[in-house]
Amino acid sequence: MKLYSDRCAGCEACVNACPYNAVTMQGGLPVFSDACNLCGACVEACPSEAIERPGNGGPAVEASPHRGIWIFGETKDGQPTRVVLELLAVGRRLAEKTGQDLGVVLAGDRLGTMPQNLIAFGADRVFLVEHPDLAVFRDEPYTAVLAAAIKQYRPSILLFGATTTGRSLAPRLAARLRTGLTADCTALDIDPESGNLLQTRPAFGGNIMATIMCPVNRPQMATMRPGVQKPATRDGGRTGEVIRLETGPSLLLARTEVLGFINRNEEMVNLEEASVIVSGGRGLGCAENFSLVRELAALLGGVVGASRAAVEEGWLPYAHQVGQTGKTVSPRLYIACGISGAVQHLAGMQGSDIIVAINRNPDAPIFKVASYGMVGDVVQILKSLIEQL
Amino acid sequence: MNIVACIKQVPDTSEVKIDRETNTLIREGVPSIINPFDLNAIEEGLLLKERFGGSVTVISMGPPQVESALREALSLGVDRVVLLCDRAFAGSDTLATSCTLAAAIREIGFDLILCGKQAIDGDTAQVGPEIAEWLDVPHLTYISAVEEVSDRSITVSRLLEGGYERVRASLPALLTVVKELNEPRLPGYRASLRAKTEPVTTWGAAGLNLDPANIGMKGSPTKVTRSFVPELGRQGQFLAGSPEEQAAALIAALRSARIVHGSAKES
Repeated sequence: MKLYSDRCAGCEACVNACPYNAVTMQGGLPVFSDACNLCGACVEACPSEAIERPGNGGPAVEASPHRGIWIFGETKDGQPTRVVLELLAVGRRLAEKTGQDLGVVLAGDRLGTMPQNLIAFGADRVFLVEHPDLAVFRDEPYTAVLAAAIKQYRPSILLFGATTTGRSLAPRLAARLRTGLTADCTALDIDPESGNLLQTRPAFGGNIMATIMCPVNRPQMATMRPGVQKPATRDGGRTGEVIRLETGPSLLLARTEVLGFINRNEEMVNLEEASVIVSGGRGLGCAENFSLVRELAALLGGVVGASRAAVEEGWLPYAHQVGQTGKTVSPRLYIACGISGAVQHLAGMQGSDIIVAINRNPDAPIFKVASYGMVGDVVQILKSLIEQL
Repeated sequence: MNIVACIKQVPDTSEVKIDRETNTLIREGVPSIINPFDLNAIEEGLLLKERFGGSVTVISMGPPQVESALREALSLGVDRVVLLCDRAFAGSDTLATSCTLAAAIREIGFDLILCGKQAIDGDTAQVGPEIAEWLDVPHLTYISAVEEVSDRSITVSRLLEGGYERVRASLPALLTVVKELNEPRLPGYRASLRAKTEPVTTWGAAGLNLDPANIGMKGSPTKVTRSFVPELGRQGQFLAGSPEEQAAALIAALRSARIVHGSAKES
């Protein structure tokens, strides 16, 4: 990092802000060790504007005749996934703001009326490639097909849902195109000065938010976390263009073969789509008390979640885990029972509309994000709720 | 089978707290650990070596203190560790990191590369698939089980949103793994002794035949323009009274928000 020592007041705000413990004070001035990864937390923290990131180099790529905002049209069971509709809403806003077209690149087999459907949800153009070899997602042919389309049409922005598919495909494609990729964004906007895509995402276990730009290379690529933005609404009157892309054997080469899919929908619980989630944590005391959480969830028509602590105790399987290392959820109602609210848990549920926190300790951090706080014995409160519903 | 496992030393993010007075991270006493998912990658490497022979090499890129993470890997019983450490690597984003790691992995030689599904500090999940692209090998993400291994291929299960996908990949290949895959072992006594004295191979940019334009800040297309502590908190209220009274107040509130329907039950 670059230090303007004349401006530095020696306040040590940078030392405290550094998530990597890379700043120490020597002779009243900060010194940056090798552990510094230039994350910039100290730049924000410095009240005297005495710290700067070193000059932005960035690989040189030809100036941009790149235009268009593209979305990867991930499909499941013959439908676009929910996050594609969310991306169409976000993409539409970005398109209006920059005066560009909104495109969806759609790969698969026998996709029927899906292109028209995507136009109704906000796309101006659908780039369609259909082939039996693309019926099931595989990284290699999808990477090749998308890379070819991008080289031909040169979009400026390319967005994916941060699903298992998006988070597998996007990095491979970004490496092939030698461009930048920002994972798991929660907000996307346009920088009014440069016109670049502002990509904001949580990092460091949700403890800090970072806004990232890809100033030189194109396309600017990002995956967006599902469930954070509202989906686009359908307008059957919208019109748009469907462009068929060529494909060929060289694009369809794959060194992987999908052998089958074992559906575990029932036992895997769809936390992301649930409108009510009742979650339990270590404060429940024992696995048996989880039956109260289940009962309350059932009465509210919801599903059961868990904190990392509860999963580590073995009270519920990992599929139920909410948080930075589990699922990110945004239901209408989230009830946290005996969950203290470690940042890693908060990162996964802060987007919920109404948050109810039940905890014995009134100082538990979970209450900071709660709409309604209930202090007391978790088991007693759960029993009362079940009784009165 | 020659296996390379990629690891990252990370701060234990679950131990981090925010000082709400100053809006800064409280990092006092936050330990540095091997990224938890990377421990599953090391474990699977060791299990495969036990079944099929070969070697397990663990590689990491970072500042000199990453040596302690690599010594921990040695204490788990891996054959060799390599640290990629050079000022020229500073400021690398995932593209530059993957390029650097790929060059070193090519140098080591491999049949299989194992990575954790993501690191808990950055949570990008990008470096694994990007390494595979630089090395032109297939990759499979979110591996929860290894079912079959032959000379030429590996059959695995991927943990996806609604279930498990069974996939076969030709070797060499790169896998990123989830927690469900295995239970990482604890350090062994003899390996721990060895871990104290074994040299840690350290490579810089010079020996790796890297294009300077592809590494460090120069090779990183993304730039962090701002980082900030997210605003927590909403205007919440504590409900008062006994458990029964609190429950009644909550149900009334949920009813007016139209989340709970129907009339109040007599209690």
